[in-house]
Amino acid sequence: MNLGELSVARKTLLLAVVAAGALALTGCAKKEEAVKIGHAGPLTGPIAHLGKDNENGVRLALDEANTAGTMIGGKKVTFEMQSEDDQADPKQGTIVAQKLVDAKVVGVVGHLNSGTTIPASKIYSDAGIPQISPSATAVTYTHQGFKTAFRVMANDAQQGKVLGEYAVGKLGAKTIAIIDDRSAYGQGLADEFEKAAKAAGAQIVTREFTGTDKTDFNAILTSIKGKGPDLIFYGGMDSQSGPMMKQIKNLGLASKFLTGDGGQTVEFIKLAGDAGEGAYASSPGVPLDQMPGGKAFAEKYKSKFNLEIQLYAPYAYDAASVMLAAMKKADSTDPAKYLPALASIAFQGVTGNISFDENGDIKGGSISLYQVKDGKWKYLETVGG
Amino acid sequence: MEIFSQQILNGLVLGSVYALVALGYTMVYGILGLINFAHGEVVMVGALTALSVTNALLVAAPGLPAPVILLLAVLVAMIACMLLGFSIERIAYRPLRRAPRLAPLITAIGVSILLQTVAMLIWGRQYHTVPALIPARPHTVAGATITDVGIVIIAVSALIMLGLLLLVHFTKLGRAMRATAENQLVSGLMGVDINRIISATFVIGSALAAVAGVLVSANYGIAHYYMGFTLGLKAFTAAVLGGIGNLGGAMLGGVLLGLIESLGAGYIGHLTDLCQFESLRQASLELARNCTGSAEVPLFGSNYQDVFAFLVLITVLVFRPTGLLGERVSERA
Repeated sequence: MNLGELSVARKTLLLAVVAAGALALTGCAKKEEAVKIGHAGPLTGPIAHLGKDNENGVRLALDEANTAGTMIGGKKVTFEMQSEDDQADPKQGTIVAQKLVDAKVVGVVGHLNSGTTIPASKIYSDAGIPQISPSATAVTYTHQGFKTAFRVMANDAQQGKVLGEYAVGKLGAKTIAIIDDRSAYGQGLADEFEKAAKAAGAQIVTREFTGTDKTDFNAILTSIKGKGPDLIFYGGMDSQSGPMMKQIKNLGLASKFLTGDGGQTVEFIKLAGDAGEGAYASSPGVPLDQMPGGKAFAEKYKSKFNLEIQLYAPYAYDAASVMLAAMKKADSTDPAKYLPALASIAFQGVTGNISFDENGDIKGGSISLYQVKDGKWKYLETVGG
Repeated sequence: MEIFSQQILNGLVLGSVYALVALGYTMVYGILGLINFAHGEVVMVGALTALSVTNALLVAAPGLPAPVILLLAVLVAMIACMLLGFSIERIAYRPLRRAPRLAPLITAIGVSILLQTVAMLIWGRQYHTVPALIPARPHTVAGATITDVGIVIIAVSALIMLGLLLLVHFTKLGRAMRATAENQLVSGLMGVDINRIISATFVIGSALAAVAGVLVSANYGIAHYYMGFTLGLKAFTAAVLGGIGNLGGAMLGGVLLGLIESLGAGYIGHLTDLCQFESLRQASLELARNCTGSAEVPLFGSNYQDVFAFLVLITVLVFRPTGLLGERVSERA
């Protein structure tokens, strides 16, 4: 067309379009890139304190990487976190996962609960986005055949086995009552515990069930009181096990109390109060002060957020760090390119050595046992690793 | 037998709280025909307000004896909830007095969500530990254990319910409330200030809710912004069970629901134990393997506790739609 024949308005429009196009093209030649890392966890609800803990761990890792200045593929990369609330609800977990995928995150640290991580993992796998969970311990998560599913701590097959053997071997329990919260995590852990305890020779007197939102356990505890077991095992989170300990003491139940990593938190002691004294719990990995970078991490965390570490923050930090390390190793932020690097990486994290087996589980994971003494978790021993 | 009496005792404690909250639902429904979904949230606000006052007093005046702190906390919580109840009625429900039934119902749900969110913003999302002002010392009664808190709950609830019955049946205000509940229009013509009576109903119900909130949070030692939802639902169920609009019904329904839940959760596993059926054990190898000794394989475990409660409700309503003691709703001309 003949440019001279266009009206003034048309010419202005054409000029504007060309200018915009030029600006866009200059963007392509930028030496900087902003990359999104997704985080998903319960930021509201009974375990919001744990979700926030994870989010803080990821934030710390990303802020450090940004301050240090990371070069990947010849460009300076700034990492942004997109943090979503999955409310520890499996239905919400899949919605949030799709949201993160649509927002084109290059990797996800999450989710927190096994119940949300497992369904979400399918969505990430379909989109080819690597997912590292800092806390989901259910075995199924890495046994679905997804190449993008990883975790940075031991799973419940190991944890349940250690707990079962500890209950019978070290705590001398011959009769055991098991309660779980019917979540993927609680039920899975309780099942593994039952298998191990039975194999070690204990008798399971009863299995009771509750829910992730319940606070009244008097009815099932009364029923258990009637059977008089040596030990009560609970598969679930601290927001239930804390009040449960209180009710156990109020009902005059003399059984020992054992729970998994969901209860090995500062919040458990707060919620149980004096009744929490003497409770046992396990946690994957080693205690914070035995971790290679534990003390330094605790100080960094405290000075940045002015909060105590709840439970999984070091793992969330390591999950984000190992993801960034894989990107540096592959020299690319493209999920398709750095996924193989992640699968074969050997990384020295705050929590210890991180490398993954063919399923995505961490190699050499260990389980530690703790007991509440004088209102604090006292470290007892470590199995495995 | 002692386990049975323990479950009964647990149920009484639980039921007393349900009864207190159910009274609020039933009074409002009796007069306005409205299910005040926000009532559970008023309970929550009462609990959290009392907690804040308690924490503030423990810091500011550590020398005060525990009963005084508790009393002050309850008083402040009651005042706060009464104001809240009054405001809810004025702002959300009064403009909809003449509207079709659905409008105030949905508004009530809206107010409920609003209160939950505001509470979340003020008090945060976490579970708060409630300082044990009433010591949790266990006592043994007939082979069952009950704590001081449990005794206080049963006693306080009983006293309050008695007080409310006296108020409703022997005072002028009570007579006006009963008249308004029976027929709003005619009562108005007889000189009853309808607006004042309706406000009074909400205020009294909210005061009860505040006390219930303090008792519940003291019993479990925790309070959080979402605690009102399930409690409100169960209390409303209790009110319907006993006969909606009927004060005695709310009390009976509350206590009954508490007992049903307790006994249900305790015995449902035992009742539906598949191991007791010889034919099933022979049919399934896995079942036979798991049923060794005194082990039970329940068809419905204790996680069906809530299901049990609502099943009872449905059954009662099927055979007696007006609830156990009959409903009392205003006649609409």
